[in-house]
Amino acid sequence: MSETSVKPGCPVAGERKVFMTGNEAVCWAALAAGAEIMYGYPITPQNEIMHYWTRNVPKFGRRFLQTEDELSAGFTTIGGVLAGRRAFTATAGPGNVLMQEPLSMAEAMRIPVVVVIQQRGGPSTATVIYSQQEVTLTCFGGNGEGLRIVYSTSSLQDLYDYTIKAFNTAWKYRFPTFVLGDGYQAKMRESLNIYDPAARGIDMVPTEPFVGKPGKIGEGREAAHLRNAYSVEEELEVAMARDTSEYERVTPEIIEYDSYNTEGADIVVIAHGIVFRSAAMAVRELAGQGKKVGYFRPITLRPFPREQLQQAVARAKMLLVAESAYGQLLKLVKENLYGGPCNLPIKTILRPGVGITPEEVTEACNALLDGKGA
Amino acid sequence: MAVEMELQPKMPKCWNLATKPHKFCPGCGHGLILKALGQAIDDLGIQDRVVFGCDIGCSLLAWDFFNMDTVQAHHGRATPVMVGLKRANPELIVIAYMGDGGGYAIGSQHLVNAANRNDKITMILANNTNYAMTGGQMAPTTMPGQKTETTPYGRDVKEDGYPMLGPEMVAAITHEGTYVARGTVSKLLTLKSYLKKALENQISGRGFSFVEVLSTCPTNWRTNAEQTWAFLEQTMQEFFPVGELKVPPEAAAPTAPPGAVEGEGE
Repeated sequence: MSETSVKPGCPVAGERKVFMTGNEAVCWAALAAGAEIMYGYPITPQNEIMHYWTRNVPKFGRRFLQTEDELSAGFTTIGGVLAGRRAFTATAGPGNVLMQEPLSMAEAMRIPVVVVIQQRGGPSTATVIYSQQEVTLTCFGGNGEGLRIVYSTSSLQDLYDYTIKAFNTAWKYRFPTFVLGDGYQAKMRESLNIYDPAARGIDMVPTEPFVGKPGKIGEGREAAHLRNAYSVEEELEVAMARDTSEYERVTPEIIEYDSYNTEGADIVVIAHGIVFRSAAMAVRELAGQGKKVGYFRPITLRPFPREQLQQAVARAKMLLVAESAYGQLLKLVKENLYGGPCNLPIKTILRPGVGITPEEVTEACNALLDGKGA
Repeated sequence: MAVEMELQPKMPKCWNLATKPHKFCPGCGHGLILKALGQAIDDLGIQDRVVFGCDIGCSLLAWDFFNMDTVQAHHGRATPVMVGLKRANPELIVIAYMGDGGGYAIGSQHLVNAANRNDKITMILANNTNYAMTGGQMAPTTMPGQKTETTPYGRDVKEDGYPMLGPEMVAAITHEGTYVARGTVSKLLTLKSYLKKALENQISGRGFSFVEVLSTCPTNWRTNAEQTWAFLEQTMQEFFPVGELKVPPEAAAPTAPPGAVEGEGE
């Protein structure tokens, strides 16, 4: 592989507190993680990731290609990874739809691409602003089995932390890895700490080329023949058995979640992403008042923290699922409760494309505690 | 003086002998294109630096054809995968190999934009006037009046348009540094010289290179050997003139051996 153009030293020295937008945080995280090349196509609300990236490209010896569409952004990212680069792209909404074609190839060929999704309203063009409607698409898009890793962030600190982590997860496990944010997180400003991963003892997983390795073919290296097409069913079955069992084997190492006060809680509120912020605020306030309310937040939506969810709701009388979608998280929750306490009544706040405030969660919890239903 | 004996047909050094005989149908032009390409790669001595990207369609059968790094992509997407690779590691020599459906229909935006960006890649497109892998449907290159599975009464240009002139389009939209040609499997030495120039254009960093190759598909054309050759040599060439459309001045020197006899011994 040719020498990287990346200039030595981390663009983020040590650690410092900043006040910036989520898209800017993603850009600095990718720079700090040593991402070498970004491929992208404009779509709101992720554009500023590219804007900040392109401004920093010459300063830090990185590369950028603006492609003709998201199909190309995804496939060129695959090309970048095949060359052994820490490569990434970012998209949203209809772009995420197009991106599923290359991501299905990445899934089939275990190509560690990193994709940042800033969800916008759907279906179709909908809004450029916000939603949580790309959960199903991001977790299970493509004509496959959803062998990917999806981190749902709920703050700008998360965006920074998980963008760095996504590169390591992708390259360690060789499954396409997503940072699932949304337009609110993309565009709002808040304080966060940005840091050189090394300053926190985070080692970046080394990358390696899939093709174009040094040396002569037949003398020290064999030609790589990488494909995603198979001639017969049994060939595919073998490949899928290998990948699904590998995915299941590494799942316990990957899953992440957060929970609070679930031990003795009558109501467990389940939320992810930025809606989790509202849920957490409401639950902590209610718990402070002595009410039996807790929360569970899946951080990895794929693979889903199944056993941890089942454990967290084991003694609950009722669940409250809150999301800015019409039941995409709900579907994951129901599926993952199967085999556990799956007879629990599930109440919902389903607001596709619209934010959910802490007051709304508080109100819903109080109504449930009062036996009025949500 | 030792007399060198060579068995014929001689396979290019960069071919993967373990996968020969290849998987293309009898009479298919792919094997010939890949022979000319293999010889060009051998001549340039670049086997270890090449990444060969094949598409979907019959070209995917070439995923293990060469003893070279190969990536089989999706339909129309060999181009962006190779663009991404080249951008990430400009030292590699990347080839996007596809059919007319992949290059001119589903992947046309990648062709147009890679050409317009002057990406330093080499695209080779086999034009056999139909979607062969899927059973012989109309392609952008199907000839007027030609019967296919989706034009069973013949391509009606009023309804379905005229065959797409790929190299002409690429030549029209590209700027300096681009190499554009249309070859044919009936003139392998010329084809090899085009492919070599196309690769050299990339190696020298001049720019985008594109070679369409008129190819044969007796299986879907339902033609015998004589009819196949007549279709390739006469019918197709009436619409698709063979030759170089754009040659950067620095690349103008002929690469075909002087005095070579076309169409013989290949």
